[in-house]
Amino acid sequence: MLLAASTATATTTSVVFWVLAIVSVAAALGMILSPRVVHCAVLLAIVMLSLAVLYLTAGAPFLAAVQIIVYTGAVLMLFLFVLMIVGVSSADSLRETIRGQRLWAGLAAIALLVLLTLVVGHAVIGPAAPAFPSYGAGNVTSIATLIFTRYFFPFEVTSALLITAALGAMVLAHRERTSPKPTQRELSRQRVAGAHPTPLPGPGTYARHNAVDFPALLPDGTPSALSVSPVVHGRPGAREAVSEALREASGALPAGPEGADQSESPPQPGPTGVGQPAYSAGEDANGNGQNGGRS
Amino acid sequence: MSPGHYVALAVILFVIGAVGVLIRRNAMVIFMCIELMLNAVNLAFVAFARQHGQVDGQVIAFFVMVVAAAEVVVGLAILMAIFRARRSASVDDANLLKY
Repeated sequence: MLLAASTATATTTSVVFWVLAIVSVAAALGMILSPRVVHCAVLLAIVMLSLAVLYLTAGAPFLAAVQIIVYTGAVLMLFLFVLMIVGVSSADSLRETIRGQRLWAGLAAIALLVLLTLVVGHAVIGPAAPAFPSYGAGNVTSIATLIFTRYFFPFEVTSALLITAALGAMVLAHRERTSPKPTQRELSRQRVAGAHPTPLPGPGTYARHNAVDFPALLPDGTPSALSVSPVVHGRPGAREAVSEALREASGALPAGPEGADQSESPPQPGPTGVGQPAYSAGEDANGNGQNGGRS
Repeated sequence: MSPGHYVALAVILFVIGAVGVLIRRNAMVIFMCIELMLNAVNLAFVAFARQHGQVDGQVIAFFVMVVAAAEVVVGLAILMAIFRARRSASVDDANLLKY
C-alpha cells in the first residue's frame, strides 16, 4: 500500500518535472529570440513560475514561495516598471551589428554545453537522499536554524548589501534639476503659445475593432493622426493598420449623409457601430453640415 | 526524479541564458538573461540539496536570490541613467570608452 502510494507520487513528480522542463526551456528559448522586450519579460515570468513549482517538487517549499514573491513579484515588476519608463516601443532589432556574432555565440554555447555536460557527467550524482525531516513541514524551521547559526555572518553582510543597493539605486536614479521648476503661469502660457491649446482628440470615435489604433474624425470630417498614440504608430504591424484606418476614414466621407440620417432618427441604432450615434448626435450639427456644403 | 535531471535542466537553462547575453543587445534583455542564469544556478543548488538531504544548498540559493535582487535594483538604475543620457537602451550605443 505504502509502496503503491510512493510509486504514484514518483509518477506525479516525474510528469510534473517533464512538463515543466519542456515549458521552461521553450519559454527561455522564446525569451532570447523574441524581439519585443515585453514578451521577453512575460516569458521570463513563465520560466520563473515553472522553476518555483520545480522547487516544490524538489522539497524546497520555502524557496518556492520566495521565488514567486521576490522574483516573479518584485524583480519582474521592477523590470516592467523600467520598461514602461524606457519605452515599450523600443523593440530590439535582431540584426547583427558585429559580423559573425551569431556564429561565434553558437560555437561558444556549444562549447559551454559540452563543458558543463562533461563536468556534471563526471560528478557522481546519485539518487536523492531518503526523505529527510527538513523536507516536510520542518523546512522553514531548519532553514531558519541554519541561517541564524552557521550562516549568521553572511546573513548580516546581506543586510549591508541591501542597504548599499537601496542607496545606490537612489543615487543613480536621482536627477538634479538644472533649471528652475516652471510655475503654473509659465505652463499655461506655454500651452496657449503652442500649436495645440486644446487637448488632443481622443482615438477611436468611429472604431470598429480596437479603439486605440483608430483615428478620430475632426469636426470637418478629416481623420486626425494626432489622436493615435505614437506608441501605437511605432508598433510593427500597427503602422499599416493606422494608415489603412486613416484611408478608410477619409474614404468613408461620402457616407456622411447616412450619419446625418442616423442623427435625425436616434432611436434606431446604426448598423455600423454602437458608439456612433452618441458622437454624431453632438457633432453632426456642424461637422456633416460643413461636409454637405463642401461636396 | 533523480537530482541529475534537475541538474541537466539547470545546465540547459544556464546555456540558454549565456547565449542570450551573447546575442542580444538590448540591456533589459541582457539583464533578464542574467536572471535566467542565476535561476538555473539556484535550481542546481536545490537539486544538490535534495541529493544530500540537507538544506545548506537551499540557504545558499536564498542568498543568491538576495544578491540577485540587489543586482537588479542597481543595474536597472544604471540602465535608467544611461537611457536618460543617451535615449537608448542598446548596449551598442554606450561606447564612449571605446575611442
